[in-house]
Amino acid sequence: MLLIKNGRMLDPGSRTDAALDVLLDGERIAKVGANLAAPGAEVFDAKGLIVAPGFIDLHCHLREPGQEMSETIETGTRAAACGGFTAVCCMPNTLPVNDTASVTRGTVERAAASASVRVWPVGAASVGSKGEALAEIAAMKDAGIVAVSDDGKPIASARLMRQVMDYCGALGLPVIDHCEEPSLSAGGVMREGPQSIRLGLKGVPAQSESICAGRDVEVAGLTGAPLHIAHMSTRASLEHVRAAKRQGLRVTCEVTPHHFTLIDEDVRYNPNYKMNPPLASRTDREALIEGLADSSVDAIATDHAPHHPASKDVEFDHAPFGVTGFETALALGLSKLVHKGRISLVRLVELFTTGPAGVLGIQRKIAAGEPADLTIFSTDLPWTFRAADSLSKSRNTPFDGRAFRGGPVATIVAGRIAWRRSFNAGQAGN
Amino acid sequence: MLQRVQHLLGTESLTREQITFFLDQSKPFQEFQRYPLKKLATLRGKSVALAFFEPSTRTRISFATAAARLGADTMSLQAESSSVKKGESLIDTVRTLQAMRPDGIVLRHASSGAPEFVAERLEVPVLNAGDGAHEHPTQALLDALTIRDRKGKLEGWNVTILGDLLHSRVARSNIHLLAKFDMRITLCGPPMWMPPELEALAPGVRRVPRIAEALDGADVIIVLRVQTERIHEPALAAEEYILGYQLTAERLRMARPDALVLHPGPMIRGLEIESAVADGPQSGVLEQVTNGLAVRMALLYHLVGGAPVDAPHPAKERSNAAD
Repeated sequence: MLLIKNGRMLDPGSRTDAALDVLLDGERIAKVGANLAAPGAEVFDAKGLIVAPGFIDLHCHLREPGQEMSETIETGTRAAACGGFTAVCCMPNTLPVNDTASVTRGTVERAAASASVRVWPVGAASVGSKGEALAEIAAMKDAGIVAVSDDGKPIASARLMRQVMDYCGALGLPVIDHCEEPSLSAGGVMREGPQSIRLGLKGVPAQSESICAGRDVEVAGLTGAPLHIAHMSTRASLEHVRAAKRQGLRVTCEVTPHHFTLIDEDVRYNPNYKMNPPLASRTDREALIEGLADSSVDAIATDHAPHHPASKDVEFDHAPFGVTGFETALALGLSKLVHKGRISLVRLVELFTTGPAGVLGIQRKIAAGEPADLTIFSTDLPWTFRAADSLSKSRNTPFDGRAFRGGPVATIVAGRIAWRRSFNAGQAGN
Repeated sequence: MLQRVQHLLGTESLTREQITFFLDQSKPFQEFQRYPLKKLATLRGKSVALAFFEPSTRTRISFATAAARLGADTMSLQAESSSVKKGESLIDTVRTLQAMRPDGIVLRHASSGAPEFVAERLEVPVLNAGDGAHEHPTQALLDALTIRDRKGKLEGWNVTILGDLLHSRVARSNIHLLAKFDMRITLCGPPMWMPPELEALAPGVRRVPRIAEALDGADVIIVLRVQTERIHEPALAAEEYILGYQLTAERLRMARPDALVLHPGPMIRGLEIESAVADGPQSGVLEQVTNGLAVRMALLYHLVGGAPVDAPHPAKERSNAAD
């Protein structure tokens, strides 16, 4: 048994914000209450800390199978635990692509053997994510996928999108789309705008995303199936989501920490600022923050996309897209959103817990009988993120050396402490 | 005090004083090109790596000649014949070059930002000989020298830049440089190659869609090379380009009578420029080539040679010449 004492329990699911203790028994929460005592239980003193439901990351890349030079399920989930995440949804663009039940089973088995947090695989929408034939979605669902996506690229045609959504709607699986119009984005390496013109880098217009988001919302209307827009980066896409929500469609979306923190003007030629979708304009970032505040945006997702150092140490044009994100997500949310007064602390917790849970159609709360997954964090602990000390195998982050106020302190998965901050190391440590 | 330039990455980061300094330093090297014996010992024992990851004839020969006339040795790397084809990364290739102990690297690369990438990782001075659609600073400096020579001063002119502005590193370097000398810069070209964001590059930049209006009152006209590979994009037929944007003798009359015409080369006669204009009295095209040598000698002398900014000029010291 593990007793979390003296913390401030912040549970959006039960609308609780109070000094309450939480007693964990095995993989479940046994009891929630004031001044709990449990003789013989291990005690975690959460004085001065927030005790929240376990954070869920809807969007990450664990690179296993096939790209273990960049990350494995073991290293990726260690980094996720260090970021406060208790469950992560890993995208199917592995080698091979997760488009069959056997690949899904492989991921589930590897996770059981090596993962620090829960791993919830996302299956490919189409065979090989090639955008042609439907993947074995039902079989993958039986094997454990929680959603489908051809992430890395959009679900290619409106016709395929319709088929996927019809099919997944019946299966109760959300369809996650990476919105991009390839004929507009081809060859682009950053957001089109004054900075891309100045740097002479090929730009991707913001409309590349919103055209596809608009299409997807239309198809969601046609099929009635749940649609989730991944790593949304523009105001126009957000407007499509808002319109869909007003119509009562089951449309949700996520925003990454790098998109609410950085903008296109921050791009020089450092490949750690290259990701897809690219960093947006200042006005788009402002719109995203408004969306995070007013609940048009459902979740913060990291899009943790590790790439081994040599692959990123190249010309900007030639670098792969993506940045790591687990370990800085909460701290960026605190520093950029909460401490700046843009959103409340409880709203931030929602964006990491009930928000993503809702996208997946599950509950997330701290109550007796619920899974013993908790994220314990500080809102004011000063620390500095050092990429060299990251638990990920990769180092491709634009936030190396950034000083933060607040961040994860302990991550509890199924009743066990999956990670806790070692204070004497002075920062997120092993 | 003049801030020393360590790497030449672009004109955007140069100050007006630094530009003027390099143009002044180029003057004696212009003279020098007329000497019967064109060899100095100034950089004897120094070596310059010419790393060209993109095909180039004139810029490479110009840098090689400039280095030779200063007495430096060159080592030449061309992408076609290098390990790049075998999959070696840029950083490994340039580190290999650095291990041969050059005193400077002249870099041409198809990716914007490659010179900055290399400069951040190596200890030797890097001279950008053109990176992607970003900058081509030596071209802008030699254009500025040509304008200053032909027009008597560099300040205050109306400059019109014609052509594919979106993809042009020459345009960007010229815009950044000329704007520092209070030029009014008019851009004119096919609309899809002339995005509005270009006006934000520097003060005094405007876009004008019609060539007649763009040439009206122009003191200097810079004609950009039409990259024929882009003409074959679905965007624009060559005939359309000629109709709208070719600099013809007739159109040249819309500019000031003494307007100077520049072209970075290589020219495609009959496409972006009419032969009568290219070969006419207002053309500065061949002076640009000679001035390119002078400017590159000045840059190599200071960046590779590490000369103090107030050192006596080598081309003025007769004893230095032709040993």
